[in-house]
Amino acid sequence: MALPQLKIDATEARIAALELPQGGWADGARRDALERVRAMGLPGTRDEYWKYTDPRSLVQADAQTASLFDGGDGPIFAEIDALKIVFTDGVFDASESDDLSGENLTIERLAESTADLHWARDLYGVLENNGQAPVQRPLAALNTAFANDGVLIHVTGKVEKPIYLIYHHRSENSDAMLHHLVKVEQGASVTLLESGPAAARFNTCMEVDVADDAEFHHVRAQGRDHERRAATHVFGRLGTESVFKSFTLTVNGVLTRNEVVLELTGDDATAHVAGACVGDGEFHHDDTVFITHDAVNCESRQVFKKVLRNGATGVFQGKILVKPDAQKTDGYQISQSLLLDGDSQFLAKPELEIYADDVACSHGSTSGAIDEEALFYLRSRGVPADIATNLLTLAFLAEAVDEIDDEALGEAIVNRIEGWLDRRIG
Amino acid sequence: MLEIKNLHVKLEEEDKQILKGVNLTVEAGKVHAIMGPNGSGKSTLSYVLSGRDGYEVTDGEVTLEGEDVLELEAEERAAAGIFLAFQYPVEIPGVGNMTFLRTAVNAQRKARGEEEMSAADFLKLIRAKAKELKIDADMLKRPVNVGFSGGEKKRNEILQMAMLEPKMCILDETDSGLDVDAMKLVSEGVNALRSEDRGFLVITHYQRLLDHIKPDVVHIMYDGRIVKTGGPDLALEVENNGYADILAEVV
Repeated sequence: MALPQLKIDATEARIAALELPQGGWADGARRDALERVRAMGLPGTRDEYWKYTDPRSLVQADAQTASLFDGGDGPIFAEIDALKIVFTDGVFDASESDDLSGENLTIERLAESTADLHWARDLYGVLENNGQAPVQRPLAALNTAFANDGVLIHVTGKVEKPIYLIYHHRSENSDAMLHHLVKVEQGASVTLLESGPAAARFNTCMEVDVADDAEFHHVRAQGRDHERRAATHVFGRLGTESVFKSFTLTVNGVLTRNEVVLELTGDDATAHVAGACVGDGEFHHDDTVFITHDAVNCESRQVFKKVLRNGATGVFQGKILVKPDAQKTDGYQISQSLLLDGDSQFLAKPELEIYADDVACSHGSTSGAIDEEALFYLRSRGVPADIATNLLTLAFLAEAVDEIDDEALGEAIVNRIEGWLDRRIG
Repeated sequence: MLEIKNLHVKLEEEDKQILKGVNLTVEAGKVHAIMGPNGSGKSTLSYVLSGRDGYEVTDGEVTLEGEDVLELEAEERAAAGIFLAFQYPVEIPGVGNMTFLRTAVNAQRKARGEEEMSAADFLKLIRAKAKELKIDADMLKRPVNVGFSGGEKKRNEILQMAMLEPKMCILDETDSGLDVDAMKLVSEGVNALRSEDRGFLVITHYQRLLDHIKPDVVHIMYDGRIVKTGGPDLALEVENNGYADILAEVV
């Protein structure tokens, strides 16, 4: 079916504002992705998959201005001993970054990777392309075509120290696009951390290939700049008995669309995706998750919690697809919002599509206010109403935060949420 | 200690008068019991005293050591020394029992202009108090009242009372849902807190709790008023003959 002219125009306008990186092993994948973008067209307000989130500011040729914000307390995981890789407005910052090397690990930058990396060539744009059906994700294909940098992480054994991608936002009009690859070889494991607003507008795509018996842990905190916009994609492929766990904290941001697309291809694999977000006022946050079970006896969990106030909007589109042979699938999905006033809204579209007959899948979605009974109970013990409300808000988010295995990382996340809540007292 | 004069209360949402002129004075060091049939207004009285929303005081006054209570928010009443042991303690998933109690203790201290209790002192104190009530370390770590049995919930209420050291303790149907052993344990906890400068108001359906927590004064409440006041014998009379005889006599 031919695309509507408006969509073609919007897509071409966006493409015209970008420069396709030339040469290198990714060249073919980039050109292929560009063709796919042109065939799909970039998202518009009439697309079903963008029913609850207006994609126009993510698609338009130039990024809207986003003023800089200084929370005054530095990167969230600053205290964690990690291998730091810094990007400022999407540009690699060598002076602030650590040496890109470590035991059981090679790290290269997409922009500087000229020698043919076979593993990277076999992954770049591949999981992204797999993830384009049954639902199209044109912004991810756009990223594959045009991302001019990112990190290529190859993990060959157990890596103790987390790899930490720090994204600074220092220019009000920056428009950044990064594409990361992570390949975790059989029996290997790694933890990837990400934090920061990155740019006025940030389009990031990460493809993660987790081999048999391998583990990938991902903890991300999206920056607090109120006016920043982000469209992120994480594509994952899970081998036999592998583990994939990803958690995202979102604090502020005028527009965020986080898509996670996972394919469980090996038996007995485990995939957990969780998110906690807190939004106040001009805040639109969209979690869109698609998990495909294509192997036996796999477990997947989606746990998403949103705290919304002063007219903030939360969106959840989550799907579990169980293919005919994916027997003994254990799928769980919960999305909940805590609405702190009558102006905020939560829009949820949980979906299950199951073709196997021996599975256990459950999903739930709720919206609610602070529990008045619990609030009175706390107040009757002398806890002031605002502190009690914060305590209950933190408790509401706990189920999502508890998905983080590492205690220190979980604490850092809780501290950041507490700070946000405390600043809203009085 | 606590003085209630001519208290009239209606539900905020509907035009329904619940308390119709309650007069009651609890002196420091005394235990007063309120008994009465269902729907007489006992629990409403406990909620109004502790500052729960949803009720409107249409007349009368309540003072604690001379200070107007009705003007205060629920948390201010707690800091002033009023404590309500709930009939149905609320479960709060995600908030650890210990965190909850420490937040409460320190919030009250702060409200009174006292220094916060250090983590070490708090831990020492709560361990000692918990031991007396046979509350194990696991119960302290778990989320507030979540998965607690009826008896555990009530013991947890008494632990809170012991930690917060209120001046005026109101116990709303503390015996409901307790077996004999749990009732004994809870009663011992309450009795340990009896002192010259603390008042108690024990609301109960049954006399059996008053076997363990011996009251100084017993009141019978009916249709939003205290209709009869007497000594401990009055509770026995209720137990033996029910409310009918007493009510026939006074109403």
